Amino acid sequence: MPAGEAQRIVIVGGGQAGAQVLQSLRQGGFTGSLTLVGDEAALPYQRPPLSKGYMKGEVGEERLYFKPSAWYEDQDIELRLGTHVTKIDRASRQVRLGDGGHLAYDWLILATGSRPRPLPVHGADLGGVHDLRTLADVGRLRPGMVAGRRMVIIGAGYIGLEAAAVARQLGLEVTVIEMAPRVLARVTSPVLSEFYAAEHRRQGVTILTGVQLSHLEGNDGEVSAAVLADGTRLPADLVLSGIGILPNEHLAKDAGIACSDGILVDRDARTSDPHVFAAGDCASRPLVHFGRSGRLESVHNAIEQGKLVAAAILGLPRPVEDCPWFWSDQYDLKLQIAGLSQGYDTHVIRGDPASRRFAVFYLKNATLIAVDAVNSPAEFLASKKLIMSGTKLAPGALIDTSTPMKDIAARAAA
Amino acid sequence: MAKITFISHDGTERTLEARNGMSVMEVAVNNSVPGIDADCGGACACATCHVYVDPAFLALAGEQQEMEKSMLDFAESVKPNSRLSCQIKVTDALDGLRVTTPESQH
Repeated sequence: MPAGEAQRIVIVGGGQAGAQVLQSLRQGGFTGSLTLVGDEAALPYQRPPLSKGYMKGEVGEERLYFKPSAWYEDQDIELRLGTHVTKIDRASRQVRLGDGGHLAYDWLILATGSRPRPLPVHGADLGGVHDLRTLADVGRLRPGMVAGRRMVIIGAGYIGLEAAAVARQLGLEVTVIEMAPRVLARVTSPVLSEFYAAEHRRQGVTILTGVQLSHLEGNDGEVSAAVLADGTRLPADLVLSGIGILPNEHLAKDAGIACSDGILVDRDARTSDPHVFAAGDCASRPLVHFGRSGRLESVHNAIEQGKLVAAAILGLPRPVEDCPWFWSDQYDLKLQIAGLSQGYDTHVIRGDPASRRFAVFYLKNATLIAVDAVNSPAEFLASKKLIMSGTKLAPGALIDTSTPMKDIAARAAA
Repeated sequence: MAKITFISHDGTERTLEARNGMSVMEVAVNNSVPGIDADCGGACACATCHVYVDPAFLALAGEQQEMEKSMLDFAESVKPNSRLSCQIKVTDALDGLRVTTPESQH
């Protein structure tokens, strides 16, 4: 960054990635003007609790904020909340705002996130049919989450299953329907799918897999049932759709920035326009430990790319690109995932799923590429290191529970 | 309410007012105390809010759960007074607590 030159940075999006860019830029000594434009009214906040503690009512809204409002004043950051960016004009380096104004930038960061995939059925616009992505979504959903009411959740991914756990704990009657033959089919192995399906059933959730939603029925504009393709009618007071997300790439696309299921970025999170970066759910990035590119929908990814953006702008060395990681809380089960399991050729289980403490390791060519660790933080943390190192491993060594994970990791590193 | 003093690895001290019920991690993050990343926001999922607790306060800081113990086992430069600050709830009893942040969370 040329010293002494006034610099204006505009960040579009107030989620995890946008908030991280702000913090990393100021921490890294950036003294120019910083403006964040966000379409939600709330201060930038953490999304993971929306389907966990916040939905349950255990955590108040304020505790979701990354930083209190005073921090933004102290750091001389301008927040333009409740405001959309409608267009990027790359030639004049300006963004146009929904309120008619515009902001000039030297560097633009697109942290536009993602949006729920719309439910493609008749009745999706009925009252009582919800998505789960924002504070406002939970604000609409939660008043209906009353003990004894019937909730149908469409999609057995992490959002659907986490919401099912909360709803069950609040005393609702919960049915989860899933098109694929098993829960979590897109993200994990049959071992884990079976474990989670069994756990939800044990908790009293009805799980229907391999079923197709036909449409939603309503009374006076309010949803009353979900109807399956085979004619089964599931009475519902409340419907939650959790069928995946789509990257918010339209601003970039309209401006002629290269996109392909996400805004394409290099290792520094730079787009095809050298003055424009993209970070978080909206970006498709090189996955350096896996030899391919893709989007990652996770907190870790948003934080890491936020740091990459700041380092690139400030001319600092590129931060280490960590092994991707995720977590999911359902009931008393903490699932911690490291790596990406797609393309594994072998999997082994350490521990006994019946004990509610076990880990599934995924290997490809005798190298660990991912782990799903249930209530097993040691397996998770050791695997992060093993995945990063790319060491050849004997699957048998991983499942020897007489040897602590720490020793297994240390031996592999030696 | 409790006054908590954060000491960075280079010895710089900051004393902050903390409300009961918050975690020590939240107090640090809200006040931009350097040296605490807290990537997961307090879910005990990432082990990036490691601190050293003044031994005089260790018992008052509460019991360590199994999850936290296992996570700490993998943190860098762990000591007998290591804790994950997201797992320490602020109470009146912690008034005067002193915690030291490590040089790095990774």
